[in-house]
Amino acid sequence: MSTVDTVANGQSRSPARQGLLRALRDRRLPVLLTAVLLLIMYGFGASRYQYENFLDPQVVYQLFVDNGYLLVAAIGATFVILTGGIDLSIGSVIGFTSMLTAALMTKAHLPLPLVALIALAAGSAGGFLMGYVIHTFQIQPFIVTLAGLFLFRGLCLVINKESISINNGLMTTLADTHVPVPAGWLSLGAVLAVGALAVAIYVLHYTRFGRRVYAIGGSEQSALLMGVPVGRTKIAVYTISGFCSALAGLLFVLYIQSGDPLHAVGLELDAIAAVVIGGTLLTGGSGYVLGTLLGVLMLGLTKTLISFEGTLSSWYSRIAIGVLLLLFILMQRLLSALQRLVRK
Amino acid sequence: MAQQQPVLEMTGISKEFPGVRALSDVDFRLFPGEIHALLGENGAGKSTLIKVLTGVYDQDAGSVTLDGQPVRITSPLQAQKAGISTVYQEVNLCPNLSVAENILLGREPVRGTKIRWKQMRREAAELVARVGLQLDVAAPLGNYPLAIQQLVAIVRAVGVTAVADGAVPTGTATEEAGQTEVAAVAERQGARAQVLILDEPTSSLDRGEVEQLFSVMRRLKAEGVAILFVSHFLDQIYEICDRMTILRNGRLVGEYPVRELDQMRLVQLMIGRDLGDLEELTEHIRPAVGEPVIQAQGVGRVGAIAPFDLDIHAGEVVGLAGLLGSGRTELARLLFGADPPDSGHVLIDGRPVALRRPAAAIHHSIAYCSENRRTEGLVPELTVRDNVILALQAARGWIRPLPGNQRDELVDRYIKALDIRPANPDLPVSSLSGGNQQKVLLARWLITQPRLMILDEPTRGIDVGAKAEIQKLVVSLSEDGMAVLYISAELEEVLRLSHTIGVLRDRKLVAQIRNDAGVTAGRIMETIASGASPDGAQS
Amino acid sequence: MTTETTPERRPAPDRSTGGAAPAAPTAGRPGTWWRAALRHRLFWPVLALLLLLILNVFFTHSFFSIRLQQGHLYGSLISILLFGAPLILVALGMTLVIATGGIDLSVGAVVAISGALACLYISKESDQNSLTGMLVAVALSLGLGLVLGIWNGLLVARIGIQPIVATLILMVAGRGVAQLITSGQIITINSSPYGRIGGGYLLTLPFSILIVAAVVALLVTLTRRTALGLMVESVGGNAEASRLVGINARRIKVMVYMFCALCAAIAGLMISSNVSAADGNNAGLWIELDAILAVVIGGTSLTGGRFYIGGTVVGALIIQTLTTTIYTIGVPTQSTLVFKAVVVICVCLMQSPAFRQKVFSRRRRGPDRPAGVAPAGQPDVEPRLEVQA
Repeated sequence: MSTVDTVANGQSRSPARQGLLRALRDRRLPVLLTAVLLLIMYGFGASRYQYENFLDPQVVYQLFVDNGYLLVAAIGATFVILTGGIDLSIGSVIGFTSMLTAALMTKAHLPLPLVALIALAAGSAGGFLMGYVIHTFQIQPFIVTLAGLFLFRGLCLVINKESISINNGLMTTLADTHVPVPAGWLSLGAVLAVGALAVAIYVLHYTRFGRRVYAIGGSEQSALLMGVPVGRTKIAVYTISGFCSALAGLLFVLYIQSGDPLHAVGLELDAIAAVVIGGTLLTGGSGYVLGTLLGVLMLGLTKTLISFEGTLSSWYSRIAIGVLLLLFILMQRLLSALQRLVRK
Repeated sequence: MAQQQPVLEMTGISKEFPGVRALSDVDFRLFPGEIHALLGENGAGKSTLIKVLTGVYDQDAGSVTLDGQPVRITSPLQAQKAGISTVYQEVNLCPNLSVAENILLGREPVRGTKIRWKQMRREAAELVARVGLQLDVAAPLGNYPLAIQQLVAIVRAVGVTAVADGAVPTGTATEEAGQTEVAAVAERQGARAQVLILDEPTSSLDRGEVEQLFSVMRRLKAEGVAILFVSHFLDQIYEICDRMTILRNGRLVGEYPVRELDQMRLVQLMIGRDLGDLEELTEHIRPAVGEPVIQAQGVGRVGAIAPFDLDIHAGEVVGLAGLLGSGRTELARLLFGADPPDSGHVLIDGRPVALRRPAAAIHHSIAYCSENRRTEGLVPELTVRDNVILALQAARGWIRPLPGNQRDELVDRYIKALDIRPANPDLPVSSLSGGNQQKVLLARWLITQPRLMILDEPTRGIDVGAKAEIQKLVVSLSEDGMAVLYISAELEEVLRLSHTIGVLRDRKLVAQIRNDAGVTAGRIMETIASGASPDGAQS
Repeated sequence: MTTETTPERRPAPDRSTGGAAPAAPTAGRPGTWWRAALRHRLFWPVLALLLLLILNVFFTHSFFSIRLQQGHLYGSLISILLFGAPLILVALGMTLVIATGGIDLSVGAVVAISGALACLYISKESDQNSLTGMLVAVALSLGLGLVLGIWNGLLVARIGIQPIVATLILMVAGRGVAQLITSGQIITINSSPYGRIGGGYLLTLPFSILIVAAVVALLVTLTRRTALGLMVESVGGNAEASRLVGINARRIKVMVYMFCALCAAIAGLMISSNVSAADGNNAGLWIELDAILAVVIGGTSLTGGRFYIGGTVVGALIIQTLTTTIYTIGVPTQSTLVFKAVVVICVCLMQSPAFRQKVFSRRRRGPDRPAGVAPAGQPDVEPRLEVQA
C-alpha cells in the first residue's frame, strides 16, 4: 500500500477514480444492491418453481398481504433508526394492541372504529413516554425501550393469559375484503400498509420534520448547533414508532383475527432486520423508507421460497434472515472500506 | 470602513472555573468589516472567551454589547439568532445531508408542508456561488473535502448577510435571477449574521484550500461582516488579519493593528515572560550525553508533520519549542507509534525498528505521557494503583499479573518518590488534582523503566509546586541516563531543561539548536517567528 | 446505537463519595461504618433484595427455613438460587462484555443451541445413561459455545461492527440454528447423568448452585487474580488510553465474548437438563434482557468501565426473587413483566445523572456549569435574549 505519493496532493485523482468514488458514496447504492438481490431471489424462485404458480403475480401481492403488519412496524423502526436510536418494544406493542383490541371488542363490546382509535392512541402514548424518558433523562434508548418491551408484554398478560378470538362481523368483512389490483388482489391490511409507506416517504423526504430526523442521525451535536429542536424531534420519532406498532398490531389482528399475549414475540428483530437489510445504517442518518419496503419484501420472499421448497422447515427462514443480516452489514463495512481505499 | 462603532464589544469579562481563573478582566472589540485575530497559547483563555461570546459559558463578570445594545447571551442558538455565528475546526454540519440541506436546514423553502426541492437547490447554489464556489449542492456534504465543508459551514453561517445588509432588491425588476433566490432565503431566515467566528478553520487545510477560504473571508469582509479569526499559523494571521488581540494566562496583553507588530514581538507577547528573566536560566544546562538511543530518519506523516531527522541520546533532554499547532505533539506521536508514520524509518540502538503501534514502542522501552491527561492518559474510574501499574501490566500481559506485594511496594515507592497526594493508592484517580494526576501518569511510565521518555506538556495546568517537582525529576532522570523528549509551550521550561532544542513551525522541524551559553530565548523566538534556522539545522 | 456518538467520557466527579467508592478507607472512625455502608455500591441492591425476601415472610412464614431431606437441602431460598442459576451464569458473562463497552444480545440463542446440541447427541446414544456420552455431549456444547463466542468477538473486535448489531445477527439466526438442530421439535431425553447438571445434588446442595459457585470463583480468580479484570476495565473505561499503554483491546474483547458465550452454553445445559428436554424455540427466551438488567442493577454501567461481579449476582437474585415473590404473594404471575419494567425504569432513572440532577438539585444553569461539559442536553430550551435596560 504505497499511498504516500498519491496522498500528498488531493488533486492527483483520476476521473475514473472519482467516478468510482462517487458511485461508492452514493447513498442509494445499498438500496440498489438490496433491490438487485431481491430480483435475483425472485428470478431464482421463478426458474425453480415455475410450474408451481410462482410466476403468478398474486405471489408478489401475497408478499404484501402476509407482511403488511411487518411493513408498518418496520416503517416505524426506520424513523427511530434514522435518528440513531432503536426501539425494542415494537413486538410487544403489537401483541398488546392485539390483546387490547380483542378484549375491548369481545368483553367491552365497543365498536371497532372506537377500539382502533383507542389502540392507536395507546401505542402512540407508549412511544411518547419512551421518547420522553430517553430524551429528558438521557438514558440509552436500548434500555428504555427494553423496559417498554417488558411493560407492554406484561400488560398483554394482565389483560388475559389466554388468547382471545374475535368474532365480529365488521372485522370479518374487513379481513375478507379483497381490493382488486391488476391480475390479483390485495387485502385491506396490505393496502393500508402501502398507504402508510406513502405517508412515510412524504414525511421523511418532503417535510422539514423528515430533514430533522436525518440531521439528528447524521450528528446530534451538529443538529443541535444548527437549531434543530432535537428533543422534540426525538420524542416525535418514538411516538411515530409507537403509533406504527399499534397500527401494525391492528393489521395483525385483521390478519389473524385473534388477540394472543404471545403474538409477535420478537417481531422487533424482524423489523430491525428489515430496516438494516433495506440499507439503513443502524448508526443513523442514512437510508430510505423505500429500502425498508425492499427489506420487508426480502424477508417475505425468503419465507415464501422456503415454503415453496416444501422440504425445508420454517426455522430456515430465521437462519436465512440472520445470514442476510450478516451479508448486508458486512457489505456496509466493505463499502466504507472501499471508499477509504479509493479516496487514497 | 474603519472607524465606526464596534459591532461587538466585550468589557471586563471574567470567568472562573473551580480552581482556575480562565479569564480575568478581558476586553475585546470587533468592528464591522474587519478580520480580527485572537491569539494566545494553550490556557491563555481564547476558547473560554469564544465560549462566553457564543453562549456556551456565562461570564462571571463583565458585559457584552452588540450593536451598542447590552446583551446577555445564554445559548449557542440564541447567539446565532442574535447574529453571532461560529464555524468550528470540526465542522458542525451533518455530513449525511446534502450541501443544500446543510445550508438551508431549518429555513427550507416550503409550500404548505412540502419542501420545494428544486427551489431549495437553486437557492443553495446561488448562496454557494456568491462566495465563489462551484458545487453540486445535491451531493452529500460528506463527499467533499474538509475545506469545502468548512466553506459550506461559513455559507450557512453568513449566507445571506450581504443581502440583509443592503443589497435586497427593493421591488424594482432589475435583479438577476439569482438575487431573488437569495432574497427569498433572507426573508425566511429573519436574522442576519454580523459577527462570524472562525475557530481554527485552517488547521487541517492545505495551501490551496486556505487560499480559497481567505478569498471567501475577504468577500465577507468587503460586505461588512466582522470576522474573529483563530489560527496558530502566524503567516496566515499576517496575510489576512487587520488587527489582533493577544491573551496570556487569562489576561489581556493588548490589542494591536497587525501592521504595527512584527512576528518577533508577537511571539514574545504570546509566550515570553520578560526576556531578561529567561536568559539567566540557561546557565543551568549541563553537557554530557551518551550514545543515541533513537534516531529518526525522514520520519513524517502527511497532514501531521513533514519528514524530520532527529537523534536523541542517552542522558539527553531534547526540548521541542514552537507554537501550539506547530506539530510538536504530532512529532511525539510518530516516535511512539500512536500514529503510524507514512515515511522514513526509526533506528533504536542503531537497528531499524517498526513503530506502528504503541505496544511496539513500549516493547522498545519508549514511554509517552500524552498532553491530554483525561482523554488519552488516565482511566478515570480506576484507582491510582491500577492507573500506575497499567503500562507495566500491559507489557507483561494479562496472564502474568504483578504479584500483589511487589505491586504494592512499587506503587508505594513511586507515590512516595513523586509525592503523589493524597498518598492513598485506593482512591479513584479522578479524585486527584491535576498535578497529582500528572504524577500518576509519570509514575505509570517510570515504573516501566523506559530508555526514552516522551513528555508532552507535562506541566500544563498544574500548580507551581508540582511543576517545579516535575522539572527536577526530568533533570534527575536524564542524569541517570534516560533520554527525554520534552514538549512545552513555555519557552522558559524548554530552555532550562534541554540539551538540544528542536524548533517547530507550521508542522515542520525547522531547526535543532544546541543549548549552549550562546542560546537565548530571543534566538529561539526568532527561529519560531521566522522559520529560518539561524545557523542551519544541526543534529 | 448512541454509544458511538457519545462525546468524550466525562470524568467522575471529584469526590470519593460516589457510588463506586470503596468502603475500606473510611473505616476506623467510630460511628461512620453505617455511612460507609450506605455509600457502598452494593448497599441499595442488597437492601432491595433483603426487602423482597422479608416481604415473602409475611406470605410464606416458612420462607427462611431450610430443611434437610434425604441429604438434600430444601427451602425457598435454595429454590431461588436453583432457579436463578442460569440467569446468574449468563449475567456473569454479560458483565464482562458490558465492562468492555459492548453488549451481547445472542446469549439467549446460545442457551438454546447449547441445550439442543447436548440433547441431540444424548438422544442419539444407544445408552442414554452412559456417563461418557453425557461428558462428550457437554464438551461438544461448550465447544460450540466457545466457537459462537469467537464469532461474536471477531465481528466486534476484528471487523469493527457495533456490538449490538454484531450480536443481533446471532440472536436472530441462533434460534433458527437451535431449531435446525432439534428439527423443530422438542427433544426429550432420559439420561440420569445429564439430569444431574440441573437437578442433581452434591454435598447436600443442588449441583447447579455449585456450578454457579464454581463459575463465580473462576471469574473472580480470572479477573482479580490475573490482570484480566484490570485490562477489561481499562478498555471499557478509556479505549484510547488503553491503546496508548499497549493493551491489545482486540484480544481482550474476543476473550470476553468467548467467556460470555461459554457461560450461556453452561446455562443452556442447565436449563435443558432441568427439564430433560431441549426446546429450540423457548429455551433462554428473553434471558439476554434479564441478564443485561441484572448487570445494570448490579452497578456496572452500560457505557463500560468498572464491573462488579458481586453486584451482578445480587442483581440476578433480585430478578429471580421478584419472580418468586410475585408468585408467593398471590399477584397473578402474568404481571411479573410489568413489575420488571417498573424495576428497569426505576433503576435506570436512579442511575441517570440527568434525572438525579433534575430531582435532587436546584435547577441552575450557566455560571456553575463545570468546564469541559458540552452544552448538549438542553436543546429544547427556548433561547432567551435578555436586553438589559
